Amino acid sequence: MEIAIKVLPALLEGTKTTLLLFGLTLILSLPLGLFVGVVSTTKIQPIKALIHLYIWVIRGTPLLLQIFFIFYGLPVLSEQFVIDRMPSVVIAFVINYTAYFAEIFRGGIQSISKGQYEGAKVLGLSKWQTARKIVIPQVVKTVMPSIGNEIITLVKDTSLVYVVGLSDLMKAGRIALQRELNIIPLVVVAVIYLALTGIVTIVLKVIEKRFNYYK
Amino acid sequence: MIQIKNLSKAFSGKKILDNMNISLEKGQVLSIVGPSGGGKTTLLRCISGLETMDSGEIWIDEQQVDPTKHQEATSQIGVVFQEFNLFPHLTVLENLMLAPTLVTKKAKEDVEITANQILAKLGLKGKEKQYPFELSGGQKQRVAIARALVMHPKVLCYDEPTSALDPDLRDSIAKTILELKDEGMTQIVVTHDHEFAKKIADQLIEVASIQ
Ligand SMILES: Nc1ncnc2c1ncn2[C@@H]1O[C@H](COP(=O)(O)OP(=O)(O)OP(=O)(O)O)[C@@H](O)[C@H]1O
Ligand SMILES: [Mg+2]
Repeated sequence: MEIAIKVLPALLEGTKTTLLLFGLTLILSLPLGLFVGVVSTTKIQPIKALIHLYIWVIRGTPLLLQIFFIFYGLPVLSEQFVIDRMPSVVIAFVINYTAYFAEIFRGGIQSISKGQYEGAKVLGLSKWQTARKIVIPQVVKTVMPSIGNEIITLVKDTSLVYVVGLSDLMKAGRIALQRELNIIPLVVVAVIYLALTGIVTIVLKVIEKRFNYYK
Repeated sequence: MIQIKNLSKAFSGKKILDNMNISLEKGQVLSIVGPSGGGKTTLLRCISGLETMDSGEIWIDEQQVDPTKHQEATSQIGVVFQEFNLFPHLTVLENLMLAPTLVTKKAKEDVEITANQILAKLGLKGKEKQYPFELSGGQKQRVAIARALVMHPKVLCYDEPTSALDPDLRDSIAKTILELKDEGMTQIVVTHDHEFAKKIADQLIEVASIQ
């Protein structure tokens, strides 16, 4: 217990980095994912193909490799591409999570029946009005569970950044372990991750409940 | 009054509708009957602009209209879909008010008054705040009718209005159609139910399958 209290400040400091990355990734990749998801339902084939390629590559390769590409790979190409640690991982995470969210939103959009579009059409709603008032509100409800799963995965994925030397919760845990030569710091790390995923789960449940007003 | 002149429609070379002509006076009810696959729904979808006609013209009150231009043709042709296509995330009142406020840019207060009058007329008083999933099939259908009516269409089209209803509700929708007729609403009703068709129709057209 003493050790736990002793290492806690350092671990909480690391948690800040973890949370910053988590927050930035969510704020950026959710709207981007919605945008890419909407665009991917276009009838313009080249755009569709391009988005498919992007999603295929990103979902088919490890996030860790993508982080390496941006942080270690790009600087080898040109010195212009030297990017700081935090911006590098934020870029990698946003590119990665946008692909996953886009795929979820695309599925959600395609689950809206043709009848909804036709109902809106004969009433004279424009495409944009239909998207905003009819499609997106229903899509948000259908995709919530899948989006929620990704968000929980994101909490844990943030630990990958320790490979580029960012002082996140994971790295703080390893340092404390080596300094104290004790397993307790890792237990505290686990408890903090559990607390984070726990909070996220509760928030998601509340949001899902909000959408329960219709079926 | 609505006139359909020389309407033809084919799907991938197969003629579904061949040179159809229809003329319907204001306040009349036209029933379209015919075998399954005969093109009844297709005819209705052409009139309501959900399919493009290969050839033909549609005239409403001596004016040619292009039903596929829904935003311009606003409020000319109303549709009650077979599956109703209500918006499940909106209340009954919101379903009704969406298009008038968004498309015809009418003041919310005025739309609400009209919407409530129409709901009351269709026996839906007290259902304003409910969501479609809370309604029975017959109630959903009346909401669909109400949603079309708030746009003050010149013609109201129904696709198989009896198909999703219990047999005893058939008479109730017939009554609604006849009441709207008395108010001067021009209506086109697609059905495969001959008895129902005869009961409501001033005019009856049989769409035969063209081989
Ligand atoms: N979008 C489409 N593409 C190709 N063929 C179509 C399309 N819509 C309808 N058809 C064909 O047109 C024909 C007429 O269909 P339609 O739905 O108009 O018939 P219907 O008279 O309404 O039949 P039912 O009584 O079963 O509803 C059918 O052979 C159908 O397969
Ligand atoms: Mg049909």
